[in-house]
Parts: sequence; C-alpha cells; structure tokens
Amino acid sequence: MSQKNRLAQGGRIDRNKALNFSFAGQHYKGYEGDTLASALLANGVDVVGRSFKYSRARGITGHGSEEPNGVVQLGTGDTTVPNVRATQQELYSGLVSNPVAGWPNVNFDLMSYLGKAGALMPPGFYYKTFMYPQKLWMTYEHFIRKAAGLGKAPTAPDPDTYDKFNQHCDVMVVGGGPAGLSAAYAAAKTGARVIIADEQSEMGGHLLTFDQPINGGSASLWLAEIVAELEAMENVKVLPKTTVMGYFDHNFLVAIERRTDHLGERAVSGTRQRSHRIRAKQVILAAGAQERPLVFANNDVPGVMLASSVATYIKRYAVVPGHDLIVSTANDSGYLAAIEWSKAGRHVVGIADSRTHSDGALVAEAKALGINVWFGHAVTEAKGGHRVYSASVAPINEQGDKVTGDVKQYDCDTVATSGGWSPVVHLSCHTGSRPTWSEEVIGFVPGKALQAQHCVGSILGDHQLVDCIDHGFDVGAKAASAAGFGQGEVLANKPSVERIAEGKAQALFLVPHKKPVSRAPKQFVDLQNDVTAAGIELATREGFESIEHVKRYTAMGFGTDQGKLGNVNGMAIAARSLSKSIEETGTTIFRPSYTPSTFGALAGRDAESLFDPERYTAMHQWHVENGALFEDVGQWKRPWYYPKPGETMQESLNRECLATRNSVGILDASTLGKIDIQGKDAREFLNRVYTNAWSKLAVGKCRYGLMLKEDGMIMDDGVTSCLADDHFILTTTTGGAANVLEWLELWHQTEWPELDVFMTSVTDHWSTMTISGPNARKVLAKVCDDIDLDKDAFKFMDWREGTIAGVKGRVFRISFTGELSYEINVPANDGLFVWEAVMAAGKEFDITPYGTETMHVLRAEKGFIIVGQDTDGSVTPYDMDMGWCVGKNKEFSFIGKRSFDRPDTKKAARKQYVGLKTKNPDEVLPEGAQAVWDPEQAIPMTMVGHVTSSYYSAVVGRSIALAVIKEGQSHKGDTVYFPLADGRVIEAEICDYVFYDPKGERQNV
Amino acid sequence: MLHLFCPYCQEHREEDEFHYRGQAHIVRPKDPDALSDKEWGDYLFFRKNPKGIHHEMWYHVSGCRRFFNVTRNTVTYDIYETYKIGEMPAVTDKEETE
Repeated sequence: MSQKNRLAQGGRIDRNKALNFSFAGQHYKGYEGDTLASALLANGVDVVGRSFKYSRARGITGHGSEEPNGVVQLGTGDTTVPNVRATQQELYSGLVSNPVAGWPNVNFDLMSYLGKAGALMPPGFYYKTFMYPQKLWMTYEHFIRKAAGLGKAPTAPDPDTYDKFNQHCDVMVVGGGPAGLSAAYAAAKTGARVIIADEQSEMGGHLLTFDQPINGGSASLWLAEIVAELEAMENVKVLPKTTVMGYFDHNFLVAIERRTDHLGERAVSGTRQRSHRIRAKQVILAAGAQERPLVFANNDVPGVMLASSVATYIKRYAVVPGHDLIVSTANDSGYLAAIEWSKAGRHVVGIADSRTHSDGALVAEAKALGINVWFGHAVTEAKGGHRVYSASVAPINEQGDKVTGDVKQYDCDTVATSGGWSPVVHLSCHTGSRPTWSEEVIGFVPGKALQAQHCVGSILGDHQLVDCIDHGFDVGAKAASAAGFGQGEVLANKPSVERIAEGKAQALFLVPHKKPVSRAPKQFVDLQNDVTAAGIELATREGFESIEHVKRYTAMGFGTDQGKLGNVNGMAIAARSLSKSIEETGTTIFRPSYTPSTFGALAGRDAESLFDPERYTAMHQWHVENGALFEDVGQWKRPWYYPKPGETMQESLNRECLATRNSVGILDASTLGKIDIQGKDAREFLNRVYTNAWSKLAVGKCRYGLMLKEDGMIMDDGVTSCLADDHFILTTTTGGAANVLEWLELWHQTEWPELDVFMTSVTDHWSTMTISGPNARKVLAKVCDDIDLDKDAFKFMDWREGTIAGVKGRVFRISFTGELSYEINVPANDGLFVWEAVMAAGKEFDITPYGTETMHVLRAEKGFIIVGQDTDGSVTPYDMDMGWCVGKNKEFSFIGKRSFDRPDTKKAARKQYVGLKTKNPDEVLPEGAQAVWDPEQAIPMTMVGHVTSSYYSAVVGRSIALAVIKEGQSHKGDTVYFPLADGRVIEAEICDYVFYDPKGERQNV
Repeated sequence: MLHLFCPYCQEHREEDEFHYRGQAHIVRPKDPDALSDKEWGDYLFFRKNPKGIHHEMWYHVSGCRRFFNVTRNTVTYDIYETYKIGEMPAVTDKEETE
C-alpha cells in the first residue's frame, strides 16, 4: 500500500530510510522519524481499535502520551509489550503491532451490536447487572475482558536486560520544550549539575510543531543549537525518550529511559530500558500542556482529531491525515491545523469558532489564506462509522450552551477540535499537591509546591513562546541559586522572540446539540473508557456529587491514559450538571505512573537469581554433588534431604532418621545465627534479654535461652555459650538472626547505653556441622585428639576448644536430636575440608548426611520447639510448658517478665503445647489443621487449637504431631478432631509432646 | 522515598538503608513489677498516631547500625530534624506537651 497521505517535502523524517512494518496483519511502509501513529495515518489507516464498552471503531486522536485510542500490542512472543501508545512508539524496520481491543477484528466487531442496542450499558452497568449471582462474576468477567481486550502480557521470561541508575543532581528539569530547555540552560550556566528529561524522541516540545522565529531565525535552528550546547556541557545530562513517571517524597523522581525501543523489539546490545532514580535538590516542572478536545455528538468517529495533533502530523511527520478538514475551536491555536492543512495543499472546508471574534495573528493568517471562518459556530455532530463523512455546523449562543439557528451539513473527512490547553499537572499531583482551577488559563494549574519545586511554561498556562523562554531562563537561574549555584542572575543572553497577537479563548467544553444531552447521539468525554456526557449527567442525577465518586461510578479517567484528554471536560460537565462552578467541583488527582511503565524497567537487574541474595554455606557444593534437594530458609539455601536413586521423600527421611538414631548422622548447621557478645556487662545484658539466669554460667558451659518480647511472648531461642567471663557466643534461629541483632542493639542503644557490651554478627565466620547419634563420639575421636571426649570430662552442655582435622575450632556438646551430639565449629574457609574429613572418619559407621526435614522430625520426636513454627508470637514460655526456662529469682525484671502477670497471660484457658497421636497411625495430620472437640457441631465450629508440626516418625513407627490446644495439658488422653477442607475428619489423642526417649537418657551417654 | 540524615554518619542517605522502629522517647519503666496492669498496658501497647509532627526512631541498619530519632510530619513527610538517642527534639507540636 502507498503512503497516500505523505507529503513530498518537509517533516522531520528521513525519506531515504523506508521502513516496513505491520499492523493487524497488514504490511505498510513508513520512514525513519515516524511514530507508528504517523506511519499508520500516512497509509490512510482509519480504524486502530474498538472501544472498551460500546465497541465503536476508533482512530488516532492525538500525537503523544494523551492518545486514548491508538493503543497497540507491540511485537510478539517473549518481547511483546501490551498497551503501547502508537503515538509514542517510534517506527523501526519490521515492527509488528496489533490492536488490543476488537474481537474478532477491528473492522468487524461482534460487540458493536451490543453497543447498537442503545441504552444497554449506562454507567454502573457492570455493577448493576453482573453483581448477582456473585458466583457468576468470574464467568462474566472472563467474557467482558476477552471482548474488551486489554493487551496481553508475554508468557515467557523477558530475554532483554534492564537496569537502574541512581542519579543525583542540583536541578532536575522535566520537559524539553522551550521553557524546559531555557531553564536547563540557565541553571547549567551557573555550574549546577542538571538533568533534563523529555518523553519524546527528541527535545523541542511544541517547537517541533510550531516554527515561530527565534532570534530572527528558524526555531529549529535555535533548538538544535541549545540542545547541542547542553549535550556538550559536562555538568548536564540530556535524556530524550525518557518519561518521568513519578515524583515522590523529598524530591525523588523516577524516570524511565527507552534506550532501544526505537530500534527493534529486542535490544541488540545493552539494556532495553533503564530507570533513573533521581534525587534532586531542586525540581523544575516544564511538562507543558495537552490540548483538550471539544465534546460533541459522535466525536469519537475516526477522523476526529486534536487540532494540535493535525498540525503536528503535517509539520513534523509530513502527513496530512485526510482531504477535507473542518476545524472546531474555542481559541486561536486551533487555527494552526487549518493553516498547515491549507499550506499542504489540501482543502479546508472552514473553521467554526465558538467565539464572537478574535484579532489573533493566526486568525488573520487563516483569513489571508482564504479559509472560511464562521464565528459563533461550532461542530455539533460528526457523521460516519469507520471515518467521518460529514459534520454538522451550527450557530451557538455566546454562553456556548444553546444552538441558536439552523444546522448545516458539510462534507469532510477530518474534524480538528481545540477546546483549550490543560496543563500537565500530573507530577505536581504526585507530591500531594491538589491542582487549582484558573479561570484565566481555563484549566487546572499545579497547586502550592510542597517540595523544592518550580514550574515554568505552559504548565502554568503561559503559552506564548516569548514567556516560556524568558521565564525559563529566570526560573533556571533561580532554581540553581536555591541549590547553591549563582546569585539567581541569568548568565546568558536570552534570545529575542516576538509576542504573537492572540484573541481571548472561550471556556467551552461540551458543545450544545439540537437535542438535550440525554437524547443526542453519544458525546464522548473519555474515549478510552467510553464515558459520555450523558453518563456523567446520569451519575449526578443518581446522587453522585463528589467528583471522586462520579469518576469511580462512570470509570472516567480509569484507563491507561488516566483521562489525560477527557478529565477536565468531564469535570466541567459534572459541575454544570450540579449547578456548581468547576472550582467548587474540583478535580480528581493523578497518581504515578504518568504513562504505563514496564515491569522490566522497574525491576532492572533485580530479577531471577539477583532478585534476592542467595546465601550458601561453605559446604554447599558438597551438598549439591551428593544429591541434596534444597529448602529456602530466609535467604539461605539449606539441604532439605538427600534422596538416593529411586527413593520417595518419605523413604529418604526414614533412612536419614534411623541412621541418626542407630549410628550417626551429620547436619550442616552453619546457617544458625551467631552473635558474638563481649564486654564486662555482657552477662548482665544476657540476664535482661533472656528469661533464664546467666550470672553463674561458667566458662566452658552452654545454656539454652528463651528470648521474649515485652508482651511476654516467645520471640527467639538458642544456645549461648560462655567463652570467657566477658565473652559469649549466642545462637539464634536461622531466620531470626538479623532481627535478634537489631533487637539487642535496640535495647542496648536506647535503654541501657551504660552497659559495657558489644555485639557482632559472626554467622558467616563459622562453618557448623552437627554430628549426632550413638556413634558420634567415635567419629569425633578419629578427627580430634586434643579434647578429652570422656563423658565425664566433656559433659552434655559443655563446649571445648580444640583441633578438628588439624583445624582450630570449637566443639559444643549440645543436642537438638536427643542423641549424643557434637556441634563442630571451624572457620568458614576450612568448613568444607573439615566436613569431608568428618565424612571420611564416619564412613565405617555409615555416617549419613541429613537435611532440615530430618532435623525437624528428630527434634519433634523429642518435643523440642521450633520458634516460628510451633510458636507464633502469641505464646508464652508457660504455654509451651517451658516454665523451667524462666528464672524465678532474677534481680532485673527481664524483658517480658511483667507481662506474665497480665490477666490474659495468666488465665487458665490458654492454648497449650501438647503432642497428638492420630487414631490411624499411618495418617499424618496436615500442619495448620484446626482442632475441635465435637466434629458434629454446626458450622462455624468452635476451634480449640491447631497442629503446629506433623510428621511420620520412623523410630516411633507412627505419625506424630505437635499442637497447641486450649487447656491441652489437662486434656491428655482426650480425643480431639480435625475437620479438613476435603471433608475428612481426622481423630487424634492428646498426649505428651515427647514421643521418644522421654527421660532424655540418650543425649547423656 | 525519604532522604534521611543520619546524625552519626553525618550524611543524607536513602530510605533503603534504614528500618523504621516506631515512636521515639518511650522509656521503659524502671520497676515494671510495681506498675498496675493499666500502666503496663499503656507502656506496652499504646502509641501516638498524630496528624502532623511525630517523633520516631529509625535504625541505620545498612549503615552504622545506630538508632536515632527523627521529627517528621506525617502529613507532608517533611523531616524537621534528626538527632541522637538521648537528645531531645528541638521541633515540637504545641499541643504535644501534656
């Protein structure tokens, strides 16, 4: 197909570089410098999608981030991106795009018959229709979503890379139009570090469309010079193709740079997108303004466009998107579309200007070109389905709310409208500043600055180029000065620009129709969400008065465009309907992100294995080579169990458990948290943070301790050993290590700074291996000859310094299995060497490595708790039957002690720690199962506790479980029931929580 | 994202480096066992939730590992001052003094 709408000359495109692309399966050609939208328009593609609710044909309306219709699925497969605005996507060779809305296809759409059924879908339709029965909502939703089409996420991992930069600057300028460039330049001249970002492919903003002379020459010349100069400055970073998507606390901004999206679907090299996390001393918002369309009947038919967009397609892309143009405007700027259209040699039917007159320069220029100008008129209705074929033009009164005479029909294929300019207040909103209405600007302008923020240019309603540049320089110098650079004087010559004569704009939003709003053909306010003027009026009639409620009820501004085009019109219509002023009605506000951001850009490199650090012990590779499966414990990768070929998980666990009980097993326990505590008050400090007493713990001895929160509930546990009178080593649970250190520091730094105590995390310094089982001593004896291992010389709960396989280390005789057990600690660098030596020594005893799962079973057989599994922050030591661990005569009221006396803590009817034996010994209770006394009772049943741990125990020969049951300790022997989600009810007997070796003889041998 | 000045490091650092630790200036009673249940309950559970000026504790977990105090406006997120543990705030809400 030829580019029938392309001009032979002009535009910022390269006609020597033709590019092939496709849309909806059809192949087209465009040029380098095109956007997908300009290339589609050049090829005469009218329909680019179907509307969300009524499924009406829609065409390109705008030329930038405001575009509500031209939203495409870009690319295919792993690299596809949903919801890309065709107006912002630069064309590249081989670009593949598809409409996101429209099923089965955009030109023939089943759903439009639904729309033709008239008032089938008023606002709140989905709420009203699909709410009941609730069960069916999933079915409805599936259908609605499929029909509406919201783009598809890629299903495979993204093959491209993304990254993040942290940036710091003195002055951050958002927007690279004339105001932003001037501000950046003036700020940079002071020596301040400046970043300037613009979402378009090149800097220039409105200058890319409107070539008003600067310094007597072409604006593009000045533009090229100032950009080149900025790029050459070492203290300036110029970021085109970069959208500042959010403006956060303390002048923190996030900008997303599209680095290769203009080259192809995949980054050939480097990163596809980069997010810049910018901390700025001063921020200048020069984000400009977006043109607002007029709302009239059938204003959504393809061919109805923004006037500035029509001018932009002609000037910047050399594309005239039609043949016969009618302009409907309420200000001077709308004339530009007609002027450029006429200069391009195509036919302007006329300009309907709602005002009574204007002496503006553009008006004069249009008249000089011989274009018909109809003052006091507006386009009240467009006609057409897939493209406009005529427009109704009618005289309207001065207030702009009534048609006053005969309606005339004019043939045309394009209607360009301008209702004025809405400042881009989004970023200012992100900081929490509510925009304020300005009658003079006829738009919302940024509210009071809450951060070190300045605004300049058309974001303030200053549309004159001379003001944008002049104020730009001033604000740039001022911001730099506030950041500590210069005295606020402009250190450069301001360029000279002529002021253009301008007629006063009219505040016109909804163009009147012969029929009342409720009877007229649909007058669209929000094109992306199909919100009409009639819908907004209906919402106000139904009692929605707050603009926030009107927004939610009608879904106005809910689309991916956040209502950039429609919101102000919608607010004006709501205000009129409520007989209020726009100022009184107010505005909804905008949240990040300004335009949709990709997950890739937000994640950067923090994906897959780099998402969260993975921690490995020194013996990790050995575990891998010996077939271990791993379990995540915090950030640690711990061996879970070591299956042999052909074994089920339960068979592996049975083998590992029995080997440990009958001979010897070995566990990598390096991940347990280890905190080194030193200082003359270390002992006193331990007394305060643990429940038990530490005053008499001698050097060479170990003790188990319970740590509580101030509310008396168990927080952590572990063994602490006395290395010297002023030196201890404390162990914590694997997952609790960092929290415990923070907790200890908190108390030391904020409550007891007078205590002489120092804490250091030494978790990573040591490799820890636990050898456990009746043959543990024999194994240890083979690798250690300088510790007397005699059972009376090296007792249970003792520790000794010694040499293990030639490496200096510490051996702790502590046990989490109930067996004779030694915990060997050696410096981490020697961990693997010692582990292998121990394995070799244990070979004759068939030493068996076991993982966390067997560790859990072995300790459960003994009834030892795991904090965070058997406890949940709501149980005291007494609830866990661990009163033996609470010091009764401690001088200092240790953390949590006072809470034992709270009525709730000391009441009898608390959940207590017990064991459970299922009636069927082979049935294993699910952990978390809820207990009831009577399974026959009506639902909701009274729950009396839950299962905290549950396993099959090979050595006991049956399933075992641990639980907390209300007053469980006095219910031993009673039956309790566990009704499960699948309908089964498991019956179990409450028993003691120690299932094996109840007298604890095996660890003392 | 907040930008916090650590009074120990004497530098502005990103919020990522810090942990929030709740209301500042809560002193543990010297003799907890002498308190009534109500007094102990107040110490344990009751915290201020002001709209406006709030004194709170932060922990420089990825930095110097010191706790310090921050006076922050809970509406605007403005930070008026940061100061060391044991020091008193210079900025206070007039209604705060009870």
